[in-house]
Amino acid sequence: MNTQLLVQLLINGLVVGTLYGVVAMSFVLIYKASQVVNFAQGELLLIGAWVCWWLLTKYQVPFYLGMPITLVFMFVFGIAIQVVILRPMIGEPIISVIMVTIALSTVFSAMMKWMFGVNLQPFPRVFNTQNVNVLGLQVQTVYLMSLAVSLAMIVGMAWFFRLSKYGLAMRATAFNQQVAQSLGISVKSVFAMAWAISATVSAVAGVVVAVVNGVSAGLSAYGVKVFPAAILGGLDSVGGAVLGGIIIGLLENVAHFVDSEYLHWGNLYEIAPFYALIIILMIKPYGLFGTKDIERV
Amino acid sequence: MSTAIELRGVEKSFGITSVIRNVNLAVAQGERHALIGPNGAGKSTLFNLISGYMLPTTGSILLRDKVISGLPPYQINRRGLSRSFQVTNVFANMSVWENLRCAVLWAAGYRYAFWKNIDNLPEVRDRTAQILGDIHLIARRDVPAGLLTYAEQRALEIGITIAGGADVILLDEPTAGMSHAETERAVALIRRLTEGRTLLIVEHDMSVVFGLADRISVLVYGQIIASGTPEEIRGNPKVREAYLGEEAA
Repeated sequence: MNTQLLVQLLINGLVVGTLYGVVAMSFVLIYKASQVVNFAQGELLLIGAWVCWWLLTKYQVPFYLGMPITLVFMFVFGIAIQVVILRPMIGEPIISVIMVTIALSTVFSAMMKWMFGVNLQPFPRVFNTQNVNVLGLQVQTVYLMSLAVSLAMIVGMAWFFRLSKYGLAMRATAFNQQVAQSLGISVKSVFAMAWAISATVSAVAGVVVAVVNGVSAGLSAYGVKVFPAAILGGLDSVGGAVLGGIIIGLLENVAHFVDSEYLHWGNLYEIAPFYALIIILMIKPYGLFGTKDIERV
Repeated sequence: MSTAIELRGVEKSFGITSVIRNVNLAVAQGERHALIGPNGAGKSTLFNLISGYMLPTTGSILLRDKVISGLPPYQINRRGLSRSFQVTNVFANMSVWENLRCAVLWAAGYRYAFWKNIDNLPEVRDRTAQILGDIHLIARRDVPAGLLTYAEQRALEIGITIAGGADVILLDEPTAGMSHAETERAVALIRRLTEGRTLLIVEHDMSVVFGLADRISVLVYGQIIASGTPEEIRGNPKVREAYLGEEAA
């Protein structure tokens, strides 16, 4: 057995999985607040990555400035999506709103191709040292950054839900919009805040992926990986989303290992998470940490 | 005495069905006013109209002489009117403490404190702790509200309704489904917590109504057929016929 490859792939799985977890978390955030399944989550990553790339390459903005500018932009962009496109849909059936997010996904991805082309663009180098030595293992700096950023986002999100005013309001709104309103909570601004934060967090993930792999339309595929992660963890559990992401990331890479060492079936390992998803949902239909009454009639 | 809530010619119809018909009602500041009437009389609809969950078809609703009809529920709440719901409505997945804090927070003037750690807001903490004591749930502080007993949930519900400091309180059947002893405790709680505030209460339990209210209005088929002190209502033949009849007979 090729132990070195296995360790490398496990680290890879952990890093990518934490990133999936972060994206799944921002997806769950919108679902929790407004019951909307956002099919445009991957495009939010892509937009964030392109905006940052554009600032860094076209305007030579240093990374430490370009990143915050990108995040502020995405925060405002998230609010704009909610206010301009989704707010008029309040009161319409949820399925209509979900259809709108599918449309958004198509429009955004076409728009990005039109503005930035279809070719993979390398991201400007952010770190001077390419590798760092961790416990005798050579680990790419960007991987470490990715892991650190992901963990920071997860801790931040946990703090947000437990100890910030909007986090508390979001949980209240998620549970019962009517009562939340009777306590003085504006449901509209809670929804807007959910989109703003979700877009911002997704953009962070998008930039991290871009730093590692470069930017291209393919980056929005992370939005697809989010489904097994979030559904695995239970659609309405933020912690579950993170864990689901890590499991999916590890599964992908373990499947990769098994395939390259033993099976040699080719790219089939890419969809391993979806097999796992099907099996797990057959046993636990609400995901690992989901609430049983997700759909209340 | 000045009026806390006033309804002027309020009507509500759904299509051709009119549910509330020309209701005029004034509740004075500090008054405990009970709304009674048979099932389907429109009591909950009236609550929904006052608290902004429904728009009146015609007429206007005033809170301390300012028109509030047309405002969204959360703004009406921020102007000092708070309501509870007929079906128990607490945030079952949040702890008792978080439930109360959620209610305190939005009224406490920290509206724009986006990124503050809410544990570090002393006024919010003190007020939350005070209400927790008032509703006798100190021992249950960290229990998810969904795991409380029914009576405790209703007490918590009254707690979150008054927590925001609103001085006009609307309670929709706060003692429904309670045992006799629980009802007595709930009434004592309501009496104490609404001291000095204006209370409009919908209730089916006549002992609660007559024990608590300063004035009573009787709603039948969307119309107020009588309004007065408990004695006046008790003696009113129209009320006896339409509503109390079955019990008085």
